[in-house]
This record gives sequence, C-alpha cells and structure tokens, in this order.
Amino acid sequence: MLGKLDWSAIPFDEPIPLVAAGIIGLGVLGVLAWITVKGFWPYRWREWITSVDHKRIGVMYIALALLMLIRGFVDAIMMRSHQAMAVNADGYLPPDHYDQIFSAHGTIMIFFGAMPFVVGMMNFVVPLQLGIRDVAFPTLNSMSFWLTASGALLVNLSLVIGEFARTGWLPYAPLSELDYSPGVGVDYYLWAIQVAGVGTLMSGVNLVTTILKMRAPGMGLLRMPMFCWTALAANLLIVAAFPILTATLAMLTLDRYLGFHFFTNEAGGNMMMFVNLIWAWGHPEVYILILPAFGIFSEIFATFSGKPLFGYRSMVAATLFIVVVSFTVWLHHFFTMGAGANVNAAFGIATSVIAVGTGVKVYNWIFTMYGGRLRFATPMLWSVAFILVFVVGGMTGVLLAVPPADFMLHNSLFLVAHFHNVIIGGVLFGLFAGYTYWFPKAFGFTLDEWWGKVAFWLTLLGFVLVFGPLYILGLEGMTRRLQHIEVEQWEPWLMVALAGVVVMIGGVAAQVVQLVVSIRRRHELRDTTGDPWDGRSLEWATPSPPPPYNFAVIPNVENEEAYWSIKQAAIRSQSLGDEPDYKPIEMPRNSPTGFVTAFFSTLIGFALIWHIWWLAVLGFVGAYATFVVFAWRDEVEYEVPLETVIEAERQRRAAAEAWLAEHGGRTV
Amino acid sequence: MSDSSLDQDFDQPGGSAPGEERINTGEVASGLRGYALGYGLALLLTGASFLAAQSDLIYQPAIISALVVLAVAQMGVHLVFFLHVTTGPDNLNNILALAFGVLIVALVVLGSIWIMANLHHNMMPMDEFMQHLR
Repeated sequence: MLGKLDWSAIPFDEPIPLVAAGIIGLGVLGVLAWITVKGFWPYRWREWITSVDHKRIGVMYIALALLMLIRGFVDAIMMRSHQAMAVNADGYLPPDHYDQIFSAHGTIMIFFGAMPFVVGMMNFVVPLQLGIRDVAFPTLNSMSFWLTASGALLVNLSLVIGEFARTGWLPYAPLSELDYSPGVGVDYYLWAIQVAGVGTLMSGVNLVTTILKMRAPGMGLLRMPMFCWTALAANLLIVAAFPILTATLAMLTLDRYLGFHFFTNEAGGNMMMFVNLIWAWGHPEVYILILPAFGIFSEIFATFSGKPLFGYRSMVAATLFIVVVSFTVWLHHFFTMGAGANVNAAFGIATSVIAVGTGVKVYNWIFTMYGGRLRFATPMLWSVAFILVFVVGGMTGVLLAVPPADFMLHNSLFLVAHFHNVIIGGVLFGLFAGYTYWFPKAFGFTLDEWWGKVAFWLTLLGFVLVFGPLYILGLEGMTRRLQHIEVEQWEPWLMVALAGVVVMIGGVAAQVVQLVVSIRRRHELRDTTGDPWDGRSLEWATPSPPPPYNFAVIPNVENEEAYWSIKQAAIRSQSLGDEPDYKPIEMPRNSPTGFVTAFFSTLIGFALIWHIWWLAVLGFVGAYATFVVFAWRDEVEYEVPLETVIEAERQRRAAAEAWLAEHGGRTV
Repeated sequence: MSDSSLDQDFDQPGGSAPGEERINTGEVASGLRGYALGYGLALLLTGASFLAAQSDLIYQPAIISALVVLAVAQMGVHLVFFLHVTTGPDNLNNILALAFGVLIVALVVLGSIWIMANLHHNMMPMDEFMQHLR
C-alpha cells in the first residue's frame, strides 16, 4: 500500500534533523495558522497563489529563494563548525549525516536558492524593461514557479521522511547507483530536480519567447536594456542545457528503477559518461546563474554613475560570446578523469578564452563609472565589491583552467573557494544588489539604507574570512568534503573560516532586520514617483508598485535608454505632454492550474521515491486532468475598466508633475 | 543611432495583450492541409525505413546509408511542416533557433564522442594489463 514507506523512514535516533524539521514544521504551521486566523486565505488564493501576473510570480520566486538560501546556509554553518571541531576529534556529525549535509547544501543552494532567485529577478524585471504587460505565456509561468516550489518541498521532506543523497550535489555514478546507494536519498534528489527542472525549462521557453516576440514598439534588440540581453542569453542557455540534465538524470533513474545499465559498473555501463553528460549541462548552468547577475550590475553601474552603460554593443557581443563558448569548456570539471593531453589542452584553452568575455565586461563597468557622478547606495556597494571580489575568483578560475595546475588542485578546498568566490561574489552579490535596487519597484518603498549597508559590510567581511582560509587550506592539500581531519596545522585556518561564518550569520541577520525595519518604516520610505534611483530604463516609468497591466499605454521606444530620454524631454519642456487616449485593458485571468498541477507533481515525485505506484498513477491522472480543464476554459481574459486605468494614470502623472515642479529646470 | 536590419527583422508590433492570439478561419484550413501533408510524408518515410530494413529491396551493405538518408528526410519534413521553418523573411527567429540548436547538439555530441574516445585511448589494453598483473 505504501511501498517502501514505513515508520523506520523517520530518523527518531538522529536528533539534529528531527529538531530542524520540527522548527521548520512549527514555522510553517505558525504562518498557516496566522493566515487562517487573520482570514487572509481568500486574498492569498486570489491574488498570489493563482496569480499569473509576472510581478507576483517573480516575488514568489524570490521569496522561495530567500527561504532556501537560509536553509542552505544552515547546512553551511553545520559543515564549517563540524570541520572546525573535527581535527583529530569526532566533531558532532556522523559521516552518514555529514555526507547528506554537503549534498543537500549544494543541491539546495544551486537549484532552489540561486536558480529561483535568478528566474524570479528575470520574471519581475524583464517585461517591465521591455515595456510590455506580461510574459508570453502567463499561466505557464505560474506553473513553472509552482513546479520549482514542488521540487523544493520534496528536498525538504527528505529531512524528516527518509534521507537525502550522500553523493554530492551531482550524484556521480556509480556511487549513485542502486548497488552503492540503496536508500531513497538519490531518488529524492532525482525527482526533486526533475520536477523543478521541468519548471525551469518552461520558464526558459517562456522568457525567450517574451524577449524575442513581445517588445514595446520601437524597441529593437539593440535597444534592449543590458539586463534583458543577459536574460535572453541565460534563457537560451536554459533551453539548450536543461534537456541534457533531464536526459542524464532520466538515464540514472532508469538504472535505479528498471535495471538499465547506462552508468553502472557492469554490463557495459559507463560511469564516465555520466560525469561527461552532467557537466555538459553543469558548465552552461554556471553561466545561466552569472549572466543575469552581470545584467543587474550593468543596470546598477549605469544608474548610479548617472551615465549610459559604456560599450553597450561590446557588452552584447561579450554576452553572446559567453553563450556559445560556455558549451565548449565542460571537460575542465574532470581534467583528471583520464583524457589525454590533446583533449585537456583544447578544453583548458577554451576555458581561458571564455574569461576574455568577462574581462571585456569588467572594463566596461569600470569605464561606466569613470567620469560619472557616483552615488554609493547599497546596490552600488554590492556592485563595486563584486568587481573586486569577482576578479579574484575569475583569476583563480583561469589558474584552475591550466590542466597541470588542476591536477594538483582538483577536488581541493582551493576549488571550493574558487567556485564560492564566483558564485557568492558574483551571483549572490548581484542578486542582493538587484533585490535592493528593484525592491521599491515591487513594494512601493525603498529598503532601509543603514541596515542594508550593515548587511553588505558584514557579508563582505564574512565572505573574505571564510574563503580566504579555504584557498590557503586548498594549497596546503586539504581536500573537500572531509568529515574527519588529521592534520593539526589546518586547525587555525578552519577556526578563521568558522569566525567568518559567524560574521556572515550577522550579515544574514542584518538582511532580515533590514526587511523588518523597512516594513515598519514603509510610510517614511515610500517611493511616490516610481523612480527612486533616477533610473534609465522603462521599469522606472511605472508607478511603484506597478498596476497589474504595467503600462496604461504601451510606450514608444526611440533610443537605447527609453525612460531616460522621456524624463529628460519632460524636464526640458517642464511638462509631461498631453494625456494620451486611454483604453480599457485586457489582461489574462488568474488560474489555479499551475498550483494544482504542481500539487499533483509533488504527489508523483513522492510516490515514485517511495515506490507507491497507485499514488503515482493518481498524480499523473490528476495533473493531466488539470491540463484538460485548463485547455477547455471559456474565459481567458478580464478587462481592466477604463475608469480604473484613468484614475491610476492621473495619480502617476500628478506625482510626476509634483516631482517636475520640485526639481524644475534641472537637466543633466 | 540608426536601426540596423537586425532590429527591424525582429520587430513586432507590441500593442496586443499578452497571450492574445488572432486566428482566422482561412488560416486554420490551410494550416490543417499543411499538417495533413506533413503527416502523410512522415508516415511514408517511416514506412519506407521499415521496408528498407526488413526486405531485400536494397543491397544489403547499403541499408544503413539508406536509413540515414530517410532519417534526414524525416527531419526535413518535421522542420518544414511541423516546426514551420521556412526561408521567409519573417522566419529569422526560427532559423536562428534551429542553427543554435544544431550548433549546441553538434558541440555536445561531437565533444562527448571525442572525450570518451580519448579516455579509452589512454587506457591500457586489457591483455597488456593482465600481463602487468602477472
């Protein structure tokens, strides 16, 4: 009846996961109870859960990402503190549990922290920057989000029901095969990633279509803001690379479930093919994460320097160069697997060459700042720190691209320090910069600057304190994923890294405090004009937060910096021009399709993990039935009445006129 | 800044609501004809493949080449009739998408073959390995 599931699945003898799950469970129950008591369910359901508005979906993606980042960070704290205590001692995590923690840390941080954060950012910003009202397929978008959330739910379920993979964040065969991982850990990994991966792929298709087909009139490709270009690049990479991940994991699934021999030790299986295929996805994946962050920095450097982005076209070229070349470097993740000098040299050179694209970008950002009138608000601080930190990470990457050096450093803490250096210093700094930058657009008030700066400095300091020592430890020969350490000389550096983690905890706490303080002070921090940072692209032309339809009249784009030129024209003429002819606006109706399908997908995933076949069939039938019901819907759209549009527009224009009167005659 | 031709090729009128589709009945009829024709051709090519493999109509050693030719033709039919890849000027997106897809598949497939063959190349042959063991 319940397949492999019984009471032994719950780890009563391991207090740490039980307590953690208890705290998370209580937290979730508390929130649900609060929503119920306050009677917020109808609002939540109508306006958020079933919403197909790209802004709401973007916000939900980012909320999910922030929660998962904290979950992954807790794993990180446990690993660092365990290692600091495990020098010639037992530490406090048994090997079995420690292995699950480093696997869960990587899986959660990449698939459920960084990816939803990036996708959410693109979802929220891209349609606004393109001057359009929603993405190409709004309901599909809602489905993408809920499938990602469903994957995240499965991973977190593994905390208390069963176990998680002990194979690392990429389940290398044959360790991940049934012979060596007989438990449900790898199955949790496989189904969680497959469900979330489908969501990511659909989101990629959606955004590529949106960017290529739905720009405001006059916005040629070479007039798109840089963030839209990098979003296009990242989504092209998603569409090209995620099928490789899906296919590879599907083959591993066949091995585990149906006795196939794709990657097994015997019967003609080839486990090295798994490593090859997973990295053919894995390397483009890192560019899927970093390219949108590069886009965010480009927007921020231009805005806070008061100058157009330097070398816009070279930036576009560098982005597209990275898209193609990112598919020619994957072997550098397994130089030591046994390929000959010819292959290693070719991929080593390609890896060094791809850094040129990023180098071009770094100089463009520096030249954007050069001669500008710089304002060091929190987003700008993250961006400047990014340049300094990321260059170090990039250089150590080029070092690792040299095969002989890689033979020394492969799987050492030097490698761990390198990729955290680029992912934290690049992706995460970019996402935090973007979060602070676009927060007022999403919620109508800016984040508290003082707490933002505290969070920034603590995170930066903590980051250097954690990963500086890891570089040194790697050079001294310490390998990654050690549960037990026997070299006493490493202990001081592990202690410094632990101190760094403590500082980073302060950084995370400061981010939380910043959010709470900002919400309490929202009336003082209110953004009335919709343009709190003196921005240059179209999202700042809308009020904060934007109405569901974004633009009452679709703007006509005449140059690269659409909103900046509109703003300057208004300042010169001291008027906003005549009121245009408003019309009622048709918008897509909200739909529970995404949520319901994801619910059934969660059932499918859970059932397949535990071999509860009838439940899996039920899930499939339910998901398909939901799709059929959606396909037969009669009313696709609703109309925003003319009065609503006019009223909102009058308010926006009144705010803009007040701003003009106050700042009259100031042209830049 | 002058609009390059690239810009114009990609431009779409942007005033319509997201997800809005305009379908007129004439388009549906001609579209259906296209799909039916494509389906017929695809069936024909599939049948021909099975026939080539199972009968001795074709010179035995050439069967594999015949199957490859039929498979390529099958891909062509799918591209033209189902994926609507044509040479029309409004088709640049589709052509670029196809080119990008072919490029990525080629990189991954050829790269994988090269890498895996090279791994094999560097392995000691089994009999030699056995001799070492002795």
